[in-house]
Amino acid sequence: MYNYSEFDAAFVAERNRQFRAQVERRIDGSLTEDEFKPLRLMNGLYLQLHAYMLRVAIPYGTLDSAKMRQLALLAEKWDKGYGHFTTRQNIQYNWPELRDVPDMLDALAEVGMHAIQTSGNTIRNVTADHFAGAAADEIADPRPVAELLRQWSTDHPEFQFLPRKFKIAVTGAPADRAVTMAHDIGLQIVERDGEIGYKVIVGGGLGRTPMIGKVIAEFVSQEDLLPYVEAVVSVWNLLGRRDNKYKSRIKITVHEHGIDDIRARVEERFKVIRPTFSGIDVQLFEEIKAAFAPPAFRDESTAIYETAYKTDPIFRSWADVNLAQHRAPGYAIVQISLKAHGETPGDATAEQMRVMADLAERYGHDELRISHEQNVILPHVHKSDLPAIHAELKKHGLATANIGLISDIIACPGMDYCALATARSIPIAQEIATRFDELKLEHEIGELKIKISGCINACGHHHVGHIGILGLDRAGVENYQITLGGDHTETAAIGDRTGPGFSADEIIPAIERIVEAYLEVRTSAEEPFIKTYRRVGMAPFKAALYEQAEAYAAE
Amino acid sequence: MPREFTPKVVTANALIEGDVVYQTADDRWTRDLSEAELIKDEGLANLRLAQAEGQPELVVGAYLADAAPSEDGPQPTHFREEFRRTGPSNYFHGKQAELTDV
Repeated sequence: MYNYSEFDAAFVAERNRQFRAQVERRIDGSLTEDEFKPLRLMNGLYLQLHAYMLRVAIPYGTLDSAKMRQLALLAEKWDKGYGHFTTRQNIQYNWPELRDVPDMLDALAEVGMHAIQTSGNTIRNVTADHFAGAAADEIADPRPVAELLRQWSTDHPEFQFLPRKFKIAVTGAPADRAVTMAHDIGLQIVERDGEIGYKVIVGGGLGRTPMIGKVIAEFVSQEDLLPYVEAVVSVWNLLGRRDNKYKSRIKITVHEHGIDDIRARVEERFKVIRPTFSGIDVQLFEEIKAAFAPPAFRDESTAIYETAYKTDPIFRSWADVNLAQHRAPGYAIVQISLKAHGETPGDATAEQMRVMADLAERYGHDELRISHEQNVILPHVHKSDLPAIHAELKKHGLATANIGLISDIIACPGMDYCALATARSIPIAQEIATRFDELKLEHEIGELKIKISGCINACGHHHVGHIGILGLDRAGVENYQITLGGDHTETAAIGDRTGPGFSADEIIPAIERIVEAYLEVRTSAEEPFIKTYRRVGMAPFKAALYEQAEAYAAE
Repeated sequence: MPREFTPKVVTANALIEGDVVYQTADDRWTRDLSEAELIKDEGLANLRLAQAEGQPELVVGAYLADAAPSEDGPQPTHFREEFRRTGPSNYFHGKQAELTDV
């Protein structure tokens, strides 16, 4: 894991000192809210529906137990005892008071964390595959390049006042677990003739105009990557629309100019920028890579795991769903679900955070990850430790065996917290999870990704959900539109809208009818929802949704 | 024909805590919507909003929200204002759990 250098620590300390003074000046009236707002946003502090919200960066979702324990401390000391993990692999606190935020930032700095560039029209926290460094299918660990990008983008003078926010995601494996196709820039590590490089995708994004990114370069070498990315952001910084915030993201620029025109402009800009990169970045990258060296894996028997798997059906059910294949023999990747049925997706209490920190320290080489699907990962666990981990997770409400299943729902905070939301997301997620738990159907249904957003900004990634739900305000009533067939992986797709939306009372039965239709038309349990949808299309689902609804109404 | 003015309350967030607050007729800020001043005149509403905006040391983001009269004082007419009045629906947090004046 990368640890802050003295330069990093001094930089963050100075930023915190500045912000403390800015907060004091706001409170004593020397700064107006108009003057203060951009300053607080530069430090991750929003004002939401009921309170301030502090968004803390977890770069590429990687943290250790000391950082996780500090996040627990913040939750307990300055919030209401919990934190909310987000689709950007960050954590948000929903209830801080303005006067406490400088102390919170200082506490974060003690463990090498901050909230810089988690808001504002700048390059946001760089995200990455949550299995980075552990996945069996990985070409190379994406975190060193994510860290290089973090260092390059933090306080980059040219990129502090971009047309809009800018999001970069990196994956090191062919299986895309980082949603790279729906980011402003998606980087996919590829190998060509034995050389590691990057496929660069630009112009993806969700929100009111969802778009899948386009390949701008099939292969960019390590030496050229930073100047190439800088050229992309630089071209957009010049071309991007500043007259209309809804048309300001790079996806619109790419759409309006065409990928070939953008590519030509980027290459022209790249020629200018490239000579200004002296090679220090490549040297730095090698040093960063060393900080992400894999831990010393143990070579010992997995008999304890095999026995538990054979004899304990609850453990087996959890292991079947929540474990992923690790690159090292005898090891597994543990996915801890923050989606207990009926709970708020992505929330963890301070106690739960400490439990996960303890487990990481004791069994997981002191490493944790936050997934964009709002779960927590122990990336390196020897299989012989899995029964003990599972037992501990069970005690603390963290052993829900539902990763990738219908109740493993991404949900944005929605109108329960967010000032921009037009409807609630969380209660819908809670009700769906509870309903399918009652029906005891979710393991039978198999892989099915439901994603819910409470407004068109699509923080809940509903466009790329197998079933997407978008909450809207229709004449003063919460209404939910459904999309089907979205996909966030390497076969990314934007979902198709089914038709008219449903009220809050109607949406859970509507989801049930979609699932029933799927169970009827799938060829076997081996054909997941998304494959079935691609085979049969919208018709049977639409019929189930609307014809049955009409039939019920006529009864 | 001029649009009919619907009754309003002046609402904002408290500067320090961020809590949802409402302006009262006697120029206090309260966290309890039932104590808010229900304004039925458009000119007065704009004046009261301007007065609220002149108190940046106390509140942030003042605006006029639709409300309806009731025996228990002003009531929200839109679900967003209902959530602001109570707090989130997933936890017993926010004003549903604690109600004190600014």
